[in-house]
Amino acid sequence: MSTQSMTNQDAHAHGHEHHEHHDPVATKVFGFWIYIMSDCVLFATIFATYAVLATNYAGGPTSHELFELPFVLVETFVLLASSFMIGLATLAMNKGNKQGTMLWLALTLVLGAVFVALEIYEFHHFISEGAGPQRSAFLSSFFTLVGTHGLHVTSGVIWAIILLIQIATKGLTDMNRSRLMCLSLFWHFLHIIWICVFTIVYLVGAI
Amino acid sequence: MSNQHQSQESHEHGSVKSYTTGLILSIILTVIPFGLVMTGTLSATATLAVIMIMAVVQIVVQVVYFLHLSEGSGPRWNMISLWFTILIVAIVVVGSLWIMFHLNHNLMVGM
Amino acid sequence: MFGKLSIEAIPYHEPIVMIALGGAALIGLAIAAAITYYKKWGYLWKEWITSVDHKRLGVMYIIVAIIMLLRGFSDAIMMRAQQAIASGGAEGYLPPEHYDQIFTAHGVIMIFFMAMPFMVGLINIVVPLQIGARDVAFPFLNSLSFWLTVSGVILVNVSLGVGEFAATGWLAYPPLSDIQYSPGVGVDYWIWSLQISGIGTLLTGVNFFVTILKMRAPGMTMMKMPMFTWTSLCSVVLIIAAFPILTVTIALLTLDRYLGTHFFTNDMGGNQMMYVNLIWAWGHPEVYILVLPAFGIFAEVVATYCKKRLFGYTSMVYATVAITILSFLVWLHHFFTMGAGANVNSFFGIATMIIAIPTGVKIFNWLFTMYEGRVQFTVPMAWTIGFLITFTIGGMTGVLLAVPGADYVLHNSLFLIAHFHNVIIGGVVFGYLAGFTYWFPKVFGFKLNEKLGKASAWCWIVGFFVAFMPLYALGFMGMTRRLNSYDNPDWHFPLIVAAVGAAIIACGIACQLLQVVVSIKDRHKNIDETGDPWGGRTLEWSIPSPAPFYNFAHTPVVEERDAFWHMKEKGISEQKPAEYQDIHMPKNTSAGFFIGIIAAVFGFGLIWHMWWLAIAAGVGIFVTMVLRTFNDDIDYYVPAAEVERIESQRYQKLSNQA
Repeated sequence: MSTQSMTNQDAHAHGHEHHEHHDPVATKVFGFWIYIMSDCVLFATIFATYAVLATNYAGGPTSHELFELPFVLVETFVLLASSFMIGLATLAMNKGNKQGTMLWLALTLVLGAVFVALEIYEFHHFISEGAGPQRSAFLSSFFTLVGTHGLHVTSGVIWAIILLIQIATKGLTDMNRSRLMCLSLFWHFLHIIWICVFTIVYLVGAI
Repeated sequence: MSNQHQSQESHEHGSVKSYTTGLILSIILTVIPFGLVMTGTLSATATLAVIMIMAVVQIVVQVVYFLHLSEGSGPRWNMISLWFTILIVAIVVVGSLWIMFHLNHNLMVGM
Repeated sequence: MFGKLSIEAIPYHEPIVMIALGGAALIGLAIAAAITYYKKWGYLWKEWITSVDHKRLGVMYIIVAIIMLLRGFSDAIMMRAQQAIASGGAEGYLPPEHYDQIFTAHGVIMIFFMAMPFMVGLINIVVPLQIGARDVAFPFLNSLSFWLTVSGVILVNVSLGVGEFAATGWLAYPPLSDIQYSPGVGVDYWIWSLQISGIGTLLTGVNFFVTILKMRAPGMTMMKMPMFTWTSLCSVVLIIAAFPILTVTIALLTLDRYLGTHFFTNDMGGNQMMYVNLIWAWGHPEVYILVLPAFGIFAEVVATYCKKRLFGYTSMVYATVAITILSFLVWLHHFFTMGAGANVNSFFGIATMIIAIPTGVKIFNWLFTMYEGRVQFTVPMAWTIGFLITFTIGGMTGVLLAVPGADYVLHNSLFLIAHFHNVIIGGVVFGYLAGFTYWFPKVFGFKLNEKLGKASAWCWIVGFFVAFMPLYALGFMGMTRRLNSYDNPDWHFPLIVAAVGAAIIACGIACQLLQVVVSIKDRHKNIDETGDPWGGRTLEWSIPSPAPFYNFAHTPVVEERDAFWHMKEKGISEQKPAEYQDIHMPKNTSAGFFIGIIAAVFGFGLIWHMWWLAIAAGVGIFVTMVLRTFNDDIDYYVPAAEVERIESQRYQKLSNQA
């Protein structure tokens, strides 16, 4: 590779006659979509494990005794609201409204953080009652399933913080647009997973 | 990379109206199963059936109103990959449950 | 400070390990000294380690795969030698705990660190060239994937000298792999090397899926894609769908070992069968991940050397897609004997037999392509013919094992071992070696020595049958797998024959290595001036050999299925374009390398419970990632004049030839 390279600015000044590179934003978002598909399989595997082990209480607390549905309903609405917010953020981005994008994205991440905090509170509460992940196979799979979702939300929150900094410093560049579109896909996807958690873990467990 | 040119991608994705519709439908589809489980109006089997259906409907609602997958012919491969994933997820979950409950039955686990 | 790590972890009292380590250290030192002497460190760093060029990454993948082939094969030789000796009360030379680590390492290395990198390497080199692309969709991720794979390789090999490897078999079934029965670090090495390299594999899957779907040359519709691209597409689809299952399964085992949860434990409601169920829900698709690209290679090789278009292209595409879906419906056949009952077993038994149908379709595709063709008996063809015979036998024993009743007799016997080596060596290994020979000139610009190539193919084919046919018989005689010693005298003679077979395969590997050395020495004699040494049919042969770093000076326009063949028939293949344009290329980056190396440190910290090290490395990975996202200077343009200079050299050569 003995090529003298031009600077980046020169390069982009070349404009769009270089059609061969397809549409990088679309390619990136599509690639991220495929990653989300693989994440679906990841969650499906954990759900299957939970379903197999869900009644293996090993003499420990049962799902009926543990779950407090009103609390979970609050968690659900917090996450749903954040999923709505990030939708508004992408709408603002499409209008080229940097301030609006940042505002809605900030609200998304705050609500995401609140959701994670609620989940940590719930976990702490269970563990302090002697219902930790080591207590039974049911609790192992419960903590792992809900915790994996929580970890995803946490990484979404961190991602949102970094993206806020990037939008603030560099504006709504193509790069940042594709990032926000990926993040919004991720966030909506996490809420869809939460619908499954809410139904299969909490509601079914409380019937 | 210019700000003015609306990257061709961002485009089709929805409006405040579609997001609001999705939000309201999701709230309804969350509250109904919640209420059913809390009050115990229906029998256990009926409740189970209703909350499962509600969950599926809510997922469809979110895919349509939040992910906007139904629009246009552009995201053809997004749809194909989604259906393939649904197929794999179904195989893995249903297959595992079928296998494991058979095992439990044959090995008389819990008896 | 050092967690579980102490000086005791180094097996200095085991002469075999110390000799192996010493040898590896000497070779490593010699290579490092040579690089220093020839002042090549800078070149290595700039042109290879930080490269995002798919062809270079492909070459590095294959180098890793060949080194790991040697490591995995020495394990095989040690096992064959042990079983040839340890008969009738003799203990052999390997104590059980060492022998158990060897068969585990053999399986893990051959599947994860030989076959997978070899396959990913070939896909890397060939797919972008076949679809007329300049690079993959995400070049940086491609480099990251490679270095994560290397990270896994490093961990597996460190286990040789620091601590131990798992002694559980290659899939580490609990409860044996639980902390209670495997308290050492062996299983942890297994966990983290697979988990880290598995992430790399998943990223590769996403990358190539998007590359194939979004970056094909104009005019190349799905049904005009070369067969290797099709099979690679199906293989990466399987990676995307199956590897998350492996990730979860290993993660749950990790939680059992590290946090004391109860997924797969004996007590507190755990269920080991769920582990077996999940690991095979990944494991069966995995064998198709490996073999589908090999099928694609055979299709390319047969069509090229028979000078005919592939017979029944459409049927082969549908067969490949059918295998992709069916491969997810057969996993229970790995544990028929677990007790799932008649209807479950018969469902999966029948599904397994059905998957033999599309595979059989392909065998006929290859045979009918050869029929009435002008077959050139080159080295890749030798591998292909060896494959057709070997793989068909392996497939038939597979259908036999798919009968649940028969499986109750043969499960975990040497019959099973013979079966899967029959399909993996006959299908996967022969396929990759055929592809290696076939595409070698495209990467390096000269052909490989024919004689040594054929010698290697013959040794492998003959050696395979000598080594594994006795194992079928031993299976019927009741010998189970993974035996360190045995007292049935009837087994002794077949095991000696098998050891001889392994020695013949060793000759095959030696011929292969010698072939590369001799070919490099004679490279001026075997030089490929035209870029099309075999009379190829697909786009990769339309560009010079070695392929320029930007691949295509002009994005080709595809009209027909065998695009390059069609261009040659129309007489436009050597047309010089009127003018050249600037080419947009990704810049090299060291981020992938650093993340991969830090990931190995991260794994090492977790294996030895050095939490501070793991946390520090985790932070390091995160910071490198974030820094990378803040770097906007990731691409550049190759000026048209530079492209013209490189391309005109080739037209010069072509006119010299004429």
